[in-house]
Amino acid sequence: MQMVQSQQKLLVTVSPHIKSEETTARIMWSVSLALLPATLMGIYFFGPLAAINVALSIVSAVVFEYLYQRALKKPIAVNDGSAFLTGLLLGLNLPPTVPFYIPIIGSFVAVVITKQLFGGLGYNVFNPALIGRAFLLISFPKLMTIWKEPTSAFVQIDAKTTATPLGILKEEGLNKLIEVFGDTVNLYTQLLVGHRAGSIGETSAIAILIGAAFLLYRGYISWHIPVSFLGSAALLAWVFGGKGALFTGDPIVHLLSGGMLLGAFFMATDYVTCPAVKTGQLVFGAGCGILTMLIRLKGGYPEGVMFAILIMNCFTPLIDRGFKTRVFGQVKVVKR
Amino acid sequence: MSLLTFKGGIHPPDKKELAKDCAITHQSPPKKVTIPIVQHIGAPCKLTVVVGQAVKKGEVIASPEGFVSAPVHSSVSGKVVAISEAPLPTGRAVSAVVIENDMTEQWTTLRDNPDFMQLSPDELKAKVKDAGIVGMGGAAFPTHVKLSPPKEKPIDVAIINGAECEPYLTADYRLMIERPEDIVQGLQAIMKILGVKRGFIGIENNKPEAVKKMQDAIKGIPDIDVVALEVKYPQGAEKMLIKACVNREVPPRGLPMDVGVVVQNIGTAIAIYEAVRYGKPLIDRVVTVTGEGIKEPKNMFVKVGTIVSELIEQCGGFKGTPAKVISGGPMMGFALTSLDVPVTKGTSGIVVLPEKEVMHVDNFGPCIRCGRCIEACPMGLMPFMLSIYSEKGFYEEAKAYNLFDCFECGSCTYVCPSKRPIVQFVRLAKSLTKP
Repeated sequence: MQMVQSQQKLLVTVSPHIKSEETTARIMWSVSLALLPATLMGIYFFGPLAAINVALSIVSAVVFEYLYQRALKKPIAVNDGSAFLTGLLLGLNLPPTVPFYIPIIGSFVAVVITKQLFGGLGYNVFNPALIGRAFLLISFPKLMTIWKEPTSAFVQIDAKTTATPLGILKEEGLNKLIEVFGDTVNLYTQLLVGHRAGSIGETSAIAILIGAAFLLYRGYISWHIPVSFLGSAALLAWVFGGKGALFTGDPIVHLLSGGMLLGAFFMATDYVTCPAVKTGQLVFGAGCGILTMLIRLKGGYPEGVMFAILIMNCFTPLIDRGFKTRVFGQVKVVKR
Repeated sequence: MSLLTFKGGIHPPDKKELAKDCAITHQSPPKKVTIPIVQHIGAPCKLTVVVGQAVKKGEVIASPEGFVSAPVHSSVSGKVVAISEAPLPTGRAVSAVVIENDMTEQWTTLRDNPDFMQLSPDELKAKVKDAGIVGMGGAAFPTHVKLSPPKEKPIDVAIINGAECEPYLTADYRLMIERPEDIVQGLQAIMKILGVKRGFIGIENNKPEAVKKMQDAIKGIPDIDVVALEVKYPQGAEKMLIKACVNREVPPRGLPMDVGVVVQNIGTAIAIYEAVRYGKPLIDRVVTVTGEGIKEPKNMFVKVGTIVSELIEQCGGFKGTPAKVISGGPMMGFALTSLDVPVTKGTSGIVVLPEKEVMHVDNFGPCIRCGRCIEACPMGLMPFMLSIYSEKGFYEEAKAYNLFDCFECGSCTYVCPSKRPIVQFVRLAKSLTKP
């Protein structure tokens, strides 16, 4: 009867005593996995240079995170995958043929300045990868707008450059864009498959959508931001996107080109820098869509996704304040 | 029929298969019992026995000193051998009466009154009070107080809580299978005391057999309905149960009586039935002893005051090395520091977790604002803000995020990918600021 004695060391913690399997690291690695199709398509169309730039971006992001945490004697948390994901997203947002120092500088700005100096994971105000890219675009405007022509021939080093679909759309209009691609059907098809100039990760709409479907299915992102982002952008593209008359724009070209899909599913949905409550997320997404189209149609840049998301990042705390959850049992007080 | 429920909640593995088919068995009588004289929320009791005194089963050993209190009775017949201190499951030490069992099981007074429904509401309530009944789901609030709502709070619905949403626990389930008629009679007594015409028995739909048994038991009783509820934690929380059964929302910081409802647990309903019919005080209860770390999980009828280690022995002992022993369920129960803890009126289960079922969280990460806690919170709170504010010492700011509406169900902490101890942060903030 002395078998059960209270001398055993028992673990004592506060409730709850069971926890889900989900971890921050698993989320980060899953999102990275979801970007794999887009990454592979980018490498397929833009060749080994693109692969090297993405790899450099990832490696330098992880190394900068490690060095920073080591230097400041913080717990080393590179295994949580967040620096890897930041590096990957930055790499996918680079033109394929930038010099090798470009991704390294970008990763430094993203990881050290945008993320760690603001307090590290969870405390950054802006999406690190996007600030990294914005910094590069402003500092190296020329290098960051050289667009390699896509080719499925893998070993082709002497790259021809060309304009992105959005660049053609901005400078010469929709008819010219259709002419370049032959016809409308071919234009849409190539945008979907990814045979077009642009940043490494934004070429293939299908590849991005496959990753997005995975994230939605696993519940890592919800529909709120992508739908309000793409919905508002499509609406504005249709209403104001045409030359001359209203309601003559082509929303499909706008949705499929540039960084729209990558931004809506993978960047605007960054937990840390978007509102936490779903209603607030709808507002945030709509703001991103509206600003993107404002920049694309009226601004100086052909593409506006990056600045749109960064500007909306500023509003996240404000949106969080305005859109709170309804507490159980709370009744709206009707003012008389 | 679509299943009723509430917004939010989580789906932890229910692990009820371990003990759900084990019919309730009687424990082998303990040689002695250690009965704490504070087993309820409210005013403490005054001892009414001295060392050396002979007591019978059911005799009062501590009587209440206020309205919000409940008497404590001896669970054995025998002799008081010591008045000492014993730890409650929470770790708090309280006075306890140690009684040596003479194994005669001699009762004080038990009288069968099959016509108890002829008694007046006040007579019925007095019997509940004298029986020392408290909420047996874990909170241990004196039941007669719940059955005495103030006049300005008219009650029109009584609900029996058969959700048993805590994983592992099956005590209420077994009672619904084995004693459905007693539960219904308990509910009828409750309805008579409160003067209400509508009664509900809410059961989670992962217990179809219990739903069926209870439906059979209410046949021919028009005032009572059995409702099948969606399987979701914390479906058995009073406010969530009321929302699911009658679609009323208890206002923030309010009580069920604010929306005309009184909720009682399954075990409590049976205790009420036994009190009003036989005059039997609450001296024993069903305890689920289960978990992957127990050789033979059981649902046992246990005398209050039995030491936990004895129950574990009677279930074949530990399977492997236990890592954690929990009094209550794994979501809201207390991890025991020692096995010398007596079973109280509120002990619904003893869950033994082996090493592999215990998640060690030495370091929690920063909040990544993923929003999972918002989706999980049944109260519609923003738990991540509570945890961040509390972590940084901004307790007043946490109040602006409805700190005191949290009832610490643990859903947020269960889903948190950064493994943040959100409930603990909430408790910290609550203790360092005033509502």
